[in-house]
Amino acid sequence: MTTTSTPAVPTPDVLGTPRQTERRAPRGRFSVGRTLKYAALLFFVVIVLIPVYVLLVTSFKGAGDASPARAWALPQVWTLENWQTAWTALSPAILRSLQMVVPAAIIAAFLGSLNGFVLSRWSFKGANVIFTLILFGMFIPYQAVMIPLNQLVLGLGIPSGVPSLILLHVVYGIPITTLIFRNYYMTVPHELVEAARVDGAGMLRTFWSIILPISIPSFVVVLIWQFTSAWNDFLFAVFFSSSQNGPVTLALNNLANGALLQNYGVSMAGALFASLPTLLVYIVLGKYFVGGLMSGSVKG
Amino acid sequence: MLKSLRRAGPALLMLAPSLILVGVFVYGLIGANFTTSITDNHTAAQATGQKPSVVVWFENYVDLLGSEAFQHSLKNLVLYTVVFLAGTMLMGFLWAWMMDRPVKGEGFFRSVYLFPFAVSFVASGVVWRWLLNSNQGEQASGLNRLFQIVGLDFLQNNWWNNVTWGITAIAIPAIWQLSGYVMALFLAGFRGIPDELREAARMDGASEWKLYRHVLFPQLSPVALSALIIIGHMSLKAFDLIMSISKPANYQTKVPAVDMYVFKSSFDYANAAAVGSILLIIVAVVIVPYLVRTNRQEKR
Repeated sequence: MTTTSTPAVPTPDVLGTPRQTERRAPRGRFSVGRTLKYAALLFFVVIVLIPVYVLLVTSFKGAGDASPARAWALPQVWTLENWQTAWTALSPAILRSLQMVVPAAIIAAFLGSLNGFVLSRWSFKGANVIFTLILFGMFIPYQAVMIPLNQLVLGLGIPSGVPSLILLHVVYGIPITTLIFRNYYMTVPHELVEAARVDGAGMLRTFWSIILPISIPSFVVVLIWQFTSAWNDFLFAVFFSSSQNGPVTLALNNLANGALLQNYGVSMAGALFASLPTLLVYIVLGKYFVGGLMSGSVKG
Repeated sequence: MLKSLRRAGPALLMLAPSLILVGVFVYGLIGANFTTSITDNHTAAQATGQKPSVVVWFENYVDLLGSEAFQHSLKNLVLYTVVFLAGTMLMGFLWAWMMDRPVKGEGFFRSVYLFPFAVSFVASGVVWRWLLNSNQGEQASGLNRLFQIVGLDFLQNNWWNNVTWGITAIAIPAIWQLSGYVMALFLAGFRGIPDELREAARMDGASEWKLYRHVLFPQLSPVALSALIIIGHMSLKAFDLIMSISKPANYQTKVPAVDMYVFKSSFDYANAAAVGSILLIIVAVVIVPYLVRTNRQEKR
């Protein structure tokens, strides 16, 4: 049995490793329970992947190949036509989504780390109340602010589309980024901050030279989280942009629901284009992605 | 006094940008929204300020809650939330439980189960609208066709086009997307239980069921609560899925978030705001006690 000591800087792989200590059935021997379990696990893999099969198969089918009888069959003729149409329709919106998501993620992450530091390691009387008040912003249904929000953004003269959406994703991202950084900084030993203070470092200096350098794992988690949620957002997109200046979720919805004659091949190819950036992040940085998910729960 | 001010002063200064933003965009706008919701601002002329609006107090709320259409929306929201919660909790727990003991290829299973979380509701809606096609018999495609192929014809149904239960069909893609997230939460919960605890229970001769009932379930309950809160408040996101699978005008899949959008589109700002406030109250009743409780626990 191994004893694990808590590392000063937690690794983002919060799921931990499977317990190795006890194993009921010795390795290699047949067991009904274990076989059933693997069968069940594989069964669910098939279920979860059904939409992926549908998406790929339909996207490669030509217009004449869409009869209901052949709904689940492979394409008779494989064609890239849908992919080209979808790309032409969506690529400007994909670019706008990128322009929106990158600044929104960076600014919200930076604000979150400032707040997280102050609320955990430079805290003061009332810090907990302030934190709870900020956190509540994470849970509000945005419908409850949408009407005046529309008037406010209009009144401030911020152009509809990317600029408005950046502002909204920053503002409504603050609660979750603050939460993730605060929870992370809670694990930083007090002595580290106290030592800096004894050396005469002020708050800003402590933050800049002690806290920021050890914050990189948290920044990755927060940036991924913000990137994904802003990229996938539809609600703000509907209320604050149009098909001319909106992000890819809005463009995809228009593509799929706009035409009189539904062309599922094109919409499915479009759905994949719209999901590629977040899927890529998930595949490459999956470990951190899960870290972000965990931090999304208030008590980890 | 002076000492605490010297500490709180710079801290508050650092928090200032976020506090102002959250203060205005969350709390200020909630207030402004409420103010709009108690007026007779039902027309475009009033929405743009060309005609004055008069305070009518809670008339809009009384009218909304008394109308059959809005009651249908609330009923739909409840149905959707119940199915969504039950589905994700059940699947998430089952998957985590199967992976609690060492499983070969755990990384693979985990990645497959979790990947739908990285996809936007709008993109998955494109595929699920195809899958949840209501045609049956000869014309069936989507899942209904698949049921025919595997010989489960009796499972064919008209999915989200059923007036009473249609909304629960919209919960299926939501379950598909978020079960992996709940699995990740539970898996972290399982791995957080010290092995000694299980060993001790086994030494005392506890049966496997008793072990779960008296040792593991109590340890998992905070995780389950977090999951319930997060998933529960996500059920308001049904908006994205409904917009992409059904249509805002469709009676059978109406929920308050969709009503709010429809009111806003027809420049009935007062009713849109009232729907928003009702949603806020529903969320706050659950969230505020949770946040306060979490805050208290941390102080201890």
